[in-house]
Amino acid sequence: MRLKDKGSGILLTFIIMAVFWILLSGLFDTFHLISGLVCCALVAILSHDLLVKGKSEKGILKSLRLLIYIPWELWQIVLANVDVAYRVLHPRMPIDPRIIEFETELRGEFSLVTLANSITLTPGTITISVEPEKGKFRVHAIAKEPADALLVDQTMQRKIAHVFMETGV
Amino acid sequence: MVVIHVIVTALLGAGIFFTLVGSIGLLRFPDFYTRLHATGKCDTLGGGLLILGTMVYHLFQYPETLLVPAKLAFLIFFIFIANPTATHALMKSAYKTGVEPWHLGEKRR
Repeated sequence: MRLKDKGSGILLTFIIMAVFWILLSGLFDTFHLISGLVCCALVAILSHDLLVKGKSEKGILKSLRLLIYIPWELWQIVLANVDVAYRVLHPRMPIDPRIIEFETELRGEFSLVTLANSITLTPGTITISVEPEKGKFRVHAIAKEPADALLVDQTMQRKIAHVFMETGV
Repeated sequence: MVVIHVIVTALLGAGIFFTLVGSIGLLRFPDFYTRLHATGKCDTLGGGLLILGTMVYHLFQYPETLLVPAKLAFLIFFIFIANPTATHALMKSAYKTGVEPWHLGEKRR
């Protein structure tokens, strides 16, 4: 079982690096392809544990759910920019900054990183710090409404808990 | 071809608009944290839209070299990961070194 995990880790690293090499080099003659693939294989065997760490259950389903999550996140980024543009260009600058704290049920490394970066990209909020043990977030909000969106609605926390299949908040 | 030009111009125009708003916000907002709100968000979408515009242009103007749009797509991907991370790092270090956040009603600094 462990050997199988290692093999799939090496294979995944090799595939990712081969795609990168082929796309970024733009050289399709035999010499460059073969030398590139040999280098990819060497690096994949020697240092695959840097990229693919441990095994994760239901990895494919999680990636699919992440793919569904990304368009929603992109739309949130557009909304965030319109929001900032409104606050910047409004003559009286409707801002009321505050620092809020809240705790989530999320514990996974990758889900915490996703939530932190999503908070930074969505309207009116930026992550200041995360405590991974308690799932505690400290967030700077530019006004009252974005702070309430995180504290009261908790749409984003629920969506990320759904994507990574952790217990919801 | 005209349609493509309109789309490309709209994308580039929107990109320039958001980058400009980010710069104006940097000058208008009262303290470090709120300024990061303006730059951290607007640069992500502004830069992304500018690169997307050049991507569409290249795709239809020079369809024989698909590698360039692919490389530009990678660029967008990395900007969207690196930008919030960098903003968060700046925010955290400012908070740890004790930069006082601005509250409503105070004088701007």
